[in-house]
This record gives sequence, C-alpha cells and structure tokens, in this order.
Amino acid sequence: MSISSLEARELNLYYGNFHALKNVTVRIAEHAITSIIGPSGCGKSTLLRVFNRMNDLIATVRVTGQVLMHGRDIYSRQLDTASLRKRVGMVFQRPNPFPLSIFENVAYGPKIHALVEKHELAELVANSLKKTGLWEQLKDKLNDSALSLPPEQQQRLCISRLLATEPEVLLMDEPCSALDPIATAKIEELMLELKDKYTIVIVTHNMQQAARISDFTAFMLLGELLEFDSTSAIFTNPQHPKTQDYVTGRFG
Amino acid sequence: MNRPKTMTRSRFAEGAVEWLIRASAFSAIVGLFLIFIFIGKEALPILTSPDVRKEANISKLFLPQDQAHPYSWQPVSEIPKYSILPLFVGTLKMTLVAVLFAIPLALGAALFTSEFSPGWLKEFIKPIIELLAGIPSVVLGFFALMVMASYVQELFGIVYRLNAINAGIALGLAVIPIVYTVADDALTSVPKSYREASMAMGASPWQTAWRVVFPAALPGILAACVLGFGRAIGETMIVLMASGNAAIMSWNLAKPARSLSATIAAELGEVVVGSAHYHVLFFIGISLFIFTFVLNMFAHWFVARLQKKVLGTI
Ligand SMILES: Nc1ncnc2c1ncn2[C@@H]1O[C@H](COP(=O)(O)OP(=O)(O)OP(=O)(O)O)[C@@H](O)[C@H]1O
Ligand SMILES: [Mg+2]
Repeated sequence: MSISSLEARELNLYYGNFHALKNVTVRIAEHAITSIIGPSGCGKSTLLRVFNRMNDLIATVRVTGQVLMHGRDIYSRQLDTASLRKRVGMVFQRPNPFPLSIFENVAYGPKIHALVEKHELAELVANSLKKTGLWEQLKDKLNDSALSLPPEQQQRLCISRLLATEPEVLLMDEPCSALDPIATAKIEELMLELKDKYTIVIVTHNMQQAARISDFTAFMLLGELLEFDSTSAIFTNPQHPKTQDYVTGRFG
Repeated sequence: MNRPKTMTRSRFAEGAVEWLIRASAFSAIVGLFLIFIFIGKEALPILTSPDVRKEANISKLFLPQDQAHPYSWQPVSEIPKYSILPLFVGTLKMTLVAVLFAIPLALGAALFTSEFSPGWLKEFIKPIIELLAGIPSVVLGFFALMVMASYVQELFGIVYRLNAINAGIALGLAVIPIVYTVADDALTSVPKSYREASMAMGASPWQTAWRVVFPAALPGILAACVLGFGRAIGETMIVLMASGNAAIMSWNLAKPARSLSATIAAELGEVVVGSAHYHVLFFIGISLFIFTFVLNMFAHWFVARLQKKVLGTI
C-alpha cells in the first residue's frame, strides 16, 4: 500500500449515547481515491466528517481513539481546526456555493486565511477555476451570482473554492447525488484529474461510481468498517459475505 | 351518490373563502386610497384657493420669509407664519438619532441571537425585545419625559432638558423591536448549508456570520431598517412628549425640536375648520403620507433587486 495521508486508529464516535462509529481503523492512501460505501445510516458521513472535525460542531459528539494526518494527531490540543480544515476540504451533497459572486466564492478561502496579497487574488481565483475547467465558461461573468449557475457548475465551483486554499485532502460526501448522469460523468472525470495532486475520499451510494473511479474501497455496516481493500478486490473478490451481498446489490 | 355532493359543497366553501380573502385585500387598498383622497382634498386649497393662498402658499411654506426670522412656525400669532421647514428639520433630526441609536443595537442583537447565543439564551432575549414592541408609545413618551430626560441631559451636558437627542433615543426604543424581529428572521432563515460550507473551509463563527450569513440576509436586513425608519418618521406620541416641541430651525441635536406628526397631533384639535392653518396641517399630513409611501415603494424595489442579485436571477 502506498503512503498514507490520513489514518484512523480504533476510532469510536458517539452521538450522545448512540455509538455511531465502532472501532474503525483505516488508512487513506495519498494521491488516490478512496471510496466509502455502505447502506444508509451506517456512518459513512460521520466517518468522513471525522477527518476535518466537522463533527465538533455537534454538541453531543464524543470521540475516542486516534486520527492521524501524516502521523500527527488531528484531535490534539495543539492543532486548531481552522488550519486543519484549510488542509482538509469538504464538498457536500448539495452544491452549496455562497450567495456571493463567483469571484467572491473562490476568493473566500484565501481571504479568510490571508493566503495572498490583494493583487495576487485575481490570479489565484483564475487558477483555481482553471483547475476545475470552469475558467473558459465563467471568465467573463465572475461578478455574477454563483447561484445563477447550473448545478454541475455550482459543484465544480465548490471544488474550485476548496482548491484555492491549496488543501491536501478533498472529502466528498455524495458529491454527485444531486446531479444528472452527464454532469456526474463530468465531475468523475474531474476527480480522476485531481487525484494526481490531491488525496480524495468520497462517500457514495452509487456502486458503479465507486468501481469506476476509486482505487480503494471501504465497506461499512452499522458503524463498523467491515472490509477495506483495493477497489478491484472489494468488487471481484470480497472476503466478507456481507460485502459480497452489498456490492452485488442484494441489500442496501 | 354522496361524494360529488360533498365535493361541490367544499368547492363552494373554498370559493367563498377565496372571495373573502380577496375582498379583504382589496378593502385595504380601497381604504388607503380613500385616506389619500380625503387628506389630499383638504390639503388642496394650499394650491388652489386664493383666500387660503394669501395666508399660506407653497413659497410661504418652504421659502425664507423676513430677514430676522426667515423660517418660523407661528400659526396662531397675529400675523400667522407657516414655514414648515423647521418641522421637517425637527422630524429628520429626531429620526436620525433614533435610527443611529436603534439600528446598530437591533442588528447587533439579531446577529447575536441568530449566530452566537445558545438556544436557551435566544428563547430568553427574543421575547423580551419583542415585548418592547408591545409597550404603548404614550408610556414610552412618559418614561422619556419624566425619567430618561434627566439622565440624557446630564450624560450629554445639555442646557435643555427636553431635546432632539432625548426624543430620538426614546423613539429608538420603539424602533428596536421592529428592526430586531425582521432582521432576526432574515438571519435565521439563511440556509444552514452556507454556514456549514464556511465552517468547513476553516472560517471562524465570526467570519462566517460577517462574510456569509450577513450578506445572504442583506435584503431582509435592509427591509428591517426601512420599516424602522418608517416607524420613526410617523411616530407621534413619543416625540410630542419628549422633544420639547419647539419649532426651531436648527440642526443642533441638543436643542428642543418639533416634528411634523406631533404638530398635527397637537394643533388639529383646536384649529378653526377651513382656516389656512387647518389646510396647512392637512398639507403636512399628505406630505408625510407621500413621503413614507415613496420611501416604502423605493425600498420595496431596492430590496427586490438585491434579492434577485443574491439569488442570482440577474
Ligand atoms: N447529529 C446527529 N445526532 C444523532 N445521531 C446522528 C447524527 N447524525 C447522524 N446520526 C446517526 O448516526 C448514524 C450514522 O449517520 P451518517 O449520517 O454518518 O450515515 P450515512 O452512512 O452517511 O447515511 P446516508 O447514506 O443516509 O448519508 C445514523 O444512524 C444517524 O441516525
Ligand atoms: Mg451521509
């Protein structure tokens, strides 16, 4: 297995009394796409949100175990969530650009983290839009509201917005489930382009999608990580009968 | 065949309710129109009747008269003087104080309860501020006249006990709950997904509130400010009691002031019906009416435009 970027060790997460993640140990490979699959409510989103500590925003959440990024515990006191989230960006299920202009959306991260001088901002915004293939279509209407774009472009914009802060990891929680098949194919293509430079973790309900784009696949059931392996192994030669049942569509 | 019968009956009931709602909506418009006609008719002699115009016409109302006292409102002196500019100035300066006092406080409170306070604290603060809206303005005026005035006088070291600052602050107390309620609604209805996106990028709650939530709620917040402004301009009882009521042509906030609305309230009861004074008071009334109407129309247009811009339809 290649170098790991993120790693969870014997991770447990509780929502109040509800035990949502049970003893999860997983290593996320660098510059690869890892997909997390499993039936609804099994804890996929919860696991994803562990990696950028978005679960911290929920008052009842309690976490035990370790989560490491390049060997350093991201739940340690020394690490502040702002710099963690700058390095570990997140794309949501429904495209959620801010109700600001296209330019301001992409400039948001650099502004709040004070990444560049004012005169460099325009160039950074342009570069970030180029990375997602939006630049040619949008360069003449950067001042339009981001909400005027069609859903696929909105989702691309959300990805550009992340790339502007130069993260290492992209967490994507069902990023295509609000998109039509053509738009989905385009976003998948983009993800394959991005994996050279970024580590990508994607939650998906779409088995074909996991098979098409990911290098590694994690199968979760009822809060447990049942099986984790290369995608081809999971889909052609699963070790666990439950995994077999799920990937062949017998439940889920 | 029971079904069709009940169907038609419920159809009929639906139709009746719809008609009733439509009628009540129209009655509001008709009412507004009739008020306008009535006040306008009584104000019109200022422009048309030669008798009235000898005493009070547009140029006497708005332009400087004699050298010593270019603008004075003395409707019951031997030679009545009807310059309404001091009243305009009075209204504007008290409104200004009220708005400058109330809007930052109200918006700050709304931002706090919608973004930062824990739920229980909001449940505590919100009803209290809204309770302020339920206090009759005569009570607020009385409070400003008897209690607040002394403190304001001391705090700002003012010669006159009743003045524009005192009235403006009291007016502000009436404006705060309106601005607060509407602004809090606007902020609270900003979708959670924007906040999540911002926090997930590593923004602090402050950055999220200021850079994302506030701009997203801006149309509603502006509507809140306009409502507050309208309330301040039209409010009568508080300014009547707390301002000292002297029609002075001065922008000095430390001096007493008299507003358009308070003038109508104080003088309409004793005026001789059909006199020039009577028609001038109606002229003031129609001016206030037109002013607030135009302000509201403009604000409506502006807010709609802003909303479109935020939601991306232009
Ligand atoms: N804020 C919360 N408070 C309490 N329980 C929660 C909370 N969020 C999620 N849960 C519970 O934790 C479990 C895992 O939720 P999670 O959202 O991670 O599932 P998921 O695998 O992403 O499901 P889906 O495929 O439907 O998105 C579910 O049983 C859910 O009810
Ligand atoms: Mg989920």
